[in-house]
Amino acid sequence: MYTKKKCVAMLLAGGQGSRLYALTKNVAKPAVPYGGKYRLIDFPLSNCTNSGIDTVGVLTQYQPLVLNEYIGNGQPWDLDKMNGGVHVLPPYETQTGASWYEGTANAIYQNMRFIERYDPEYVVVLGGDHIYKMDYSKMVDFHVANNADCTISVIDVPKAEASRFGIMICDEKNQVTDFVEKPKEPKSTLASMGIYVFTWEKLRKYLIENEEEANAKRERGEAWSKDFGKDIITSMLRDGQRLFAYEFEGYWKDVGTLDSLWEANMDLLSPSVPLDLYDPSWKIYSRSSYMPPQYIGENANIENSMIAEGSTVDGTVDFSILFSGVTIEEGATVNYSIVMPGTVIKSGAVVEYSIVGSDCVIESGAKIGKSPEQVANRDDWGIAVVGHNVTVSENKSVEPKQIIGENI
Amino acid sequence: MSVNYNVLGLIFASMHDGYVSELTKQRTMGSIPFGGRYRLIDFPLSNFVNSGVTEVGVITKSNYGSLLDHLGSGRDWDLSRKKGGLHLLPPYSQTGGIYKGRLDALSNIWSFVEHSNAKYVILSNADVVTTIDFNPVLQQHMDTEADITLIYSKGMFDSDKNNCATILDFDSENTLSGVLVDPQMAGECSQWLDMLIISKEFLKKIVSEAASRNQYSFTREILQGKNNEYRIMGYEHKGLFMRIDSIQSYYTANQMLLDSEKRNALFKKSMPVYTKIGDNGPVKYGLESDISNSLIADGCVIEGTVENSILFRGVTVGKGTVVRDCVLLQGTKVGANCTLSSIITDKNVEISDEKVLTGSETYPLYIGKNGKI
Repeated sequence: MYTKKKCVAMLLAGGQGSRLYALTKNVAKPAVPYGGKYRLIDFPLSNCTNSGIDTVGVLTQYQPLVLNEYIGNGQPWDLDKMNGGVHVLPPYETQTGASWYEGTANAIYQNMRFIERYDPEYVVVLGGDHIYKMDYSKMVDFHVANNADCTISVIDVPKAEASRFGIMICDEKNQVTDFVEKPKEPKSTLASMGIYVFTWEKLRKYLIENEEEANAKRERGEAWSKDFGKDIITSMLRDGQRLFAYEFEGYWKDVGTLDSLWEANMDLLSPSVPLDLYDPSWKIYSRSSYMPPQYIGENANIENSMIAEGSTVDGTVDFSILFSGVTIEEGATVNYSIVMPGTVIKSGAVVEYSIVGSDCVIESGAKIGKSPEQVANRDDWGIAVVGHNVTVSENKSVEPKQIIGENI
Repeated sequence: MSVNYNVLGLIFASMHDGYVSELTKQRTMGSIPFGGRYRLIDFPLSNFVNSGVTEVGVITKSNYGSLLDHLGSGRDWDLSRKKGGLHLLPPYSQTGGIYKGRLDALSNIWSFVEHSNAKYVILSNADVVTTIDFNPVLQQHMDTEADITLIYSKGMFDSDKNNCATILDFDSENTLSGVLVDPQMAGECSQWLDMLIISKEFLKKIVSEAASRNQYSFTREILQGKNNEYRIMGYEHKGLFMRIDSIQSYYTANQMLLDSEKRNALFKKSMPVYTKIGDNGPVKYGLESDISNSLIADGCVIEGTVENSILFRGVTVGKGTVVRDCVLLQGTKVGANCTLSSIITDKNVEISDEKVLTGSETYPLYIGKNGKI
């Protein structure tokens, strides 16, 4: 017996996150650590709970072990429910055969039975790789007030960056008139945040149509796709459905690349960035590690940094984010860097402008990354990245822009 | 560790409340905050869970609102279980009024113990902080066919400084030969950690006998009174232990955690200490922060100087402020340009800008819950 839900959220967490390279070798992108004690997926999951959405399907297919383990029964996000709650939905085999998720729309199509159990009015579609705090219930209210078929959350981006996003062109009532994916000459600066509210009945219809159309094209040997932005939104616009843009104001950051992941972490240290992790009315929940409080030693020198529980710091830490259980030995230096859980930075090692993955050992005298000032040609500068479980031996270096996934 | 359904754990969460009257004014022993992010009851609870004991009764006495709030359903200790799990046993006395001693308390909750399928019972207090695996103790208890196995540690005792200590003497066979409560002495001795293992059957016998004779003190009637009659053995626990028996010892015990060796003895990777999850953000250190030799819990925001101190969850320290040799409990807000030394602030104390507060290391100044200065 399933009771009816007004809203069901579907979280697309299947992405490989190939642009995060070494950090997603064994971990799905939504399980990538962020902000000292979180993983990317904590943001949409916490937003769901704080918005009163208590039924969430998480669509996974790439390296699901860590992510499945992390989500577990959903208890850290209060999503362990008798009716509803969080459910991990991997691809599965049926009588007609097995199929991987062939795009974002297809992933939801394959799980229509999950949604229908709750007979919802609306379905909220979310991504797993954005950092933001958002009340989805306000967006649903906006959707209802406009009698919309689909509402797309948008954010005003600088004109120079608009060509990186899917851009919405709207009339004065916020009704979407056109949608262009990564336009060369953007006609608007309203970028899609990859957050959609659909009237379920309409979404259902378009998912089935897209599936049939795409399969027919595939049989004819034509190009096909089963994607939200590309197919569902475009078809709905073509058919004159009511699509609206819901303008979001606040902090929103896509962490699709190593640079943006580093920046999004550094943003937490900037007083001008409006992302408050200490607001008791909108907490970001995460699965805790049961470690003692952090210990800061006699020789420590810490400035403008964020450090999580279980860490031991006796070295210099400046403008950096240390995750739980990190050790910074006396005489080690960490500047403008992100150090993920369980990593040890030994005495005399220098880590600058870098991302160091979890459970790494940076031996003494090793040098990871450089500041932009230390690099003669500015084009050669970029953050250095050490993947998870990597040992960097004594006196070895990792240059700016270099990404290593194996011991050196 | 796999689950051991053969053992029932019982915690006396309100034992010795009176010795730390400042901290127990609005709470009970078990819910006294400790070590930055814990409450005292987290230690016995985690000891049980890490030893595979997943059926645990918590015996309370008074002021247990904060304890109930902390424990909830027991989920954070993985004790929200169908089989066993956490059971709260509020006070109730057959003799009228609140129970007087361990035997009286056990007699009142006997139906809970009776209902359990466990063969053995482990009793623990909440005022002794230690990390212990009960499995070797249980093994010894079975091997020696003891009636009661007392867990003790060797440590310094000074009657001028310590309260409520039970000093044990054992003969060459490791059987109990003498029991002194708070003797006038100072020096190293075997101190009972107020933990013991006993079979349910034997416990039933002594509890019902005590009830029929109107006796309530386990130490007096059993350890001292039946010392020769029963086979009472000792098990030496070699780990670190701290007894919270005064506001001074509370301060010292917290300060001890600044010593890496002691911290590692209490917080072992193989035996995590579980506690209620607060979902605080990581600690944020400002541009002018200067920290040394301190233990700092999640959710703190520090702009000033902190030395030799323990900061609980969500403490804020303003710019230009110096916090030295302090224990600041959760939610303490210290404004800008203050100087605090040897202070204990209880929960949610607010200290406004420019204040200077000084205690002494041997007599720390205590500021009560929600105090505003």
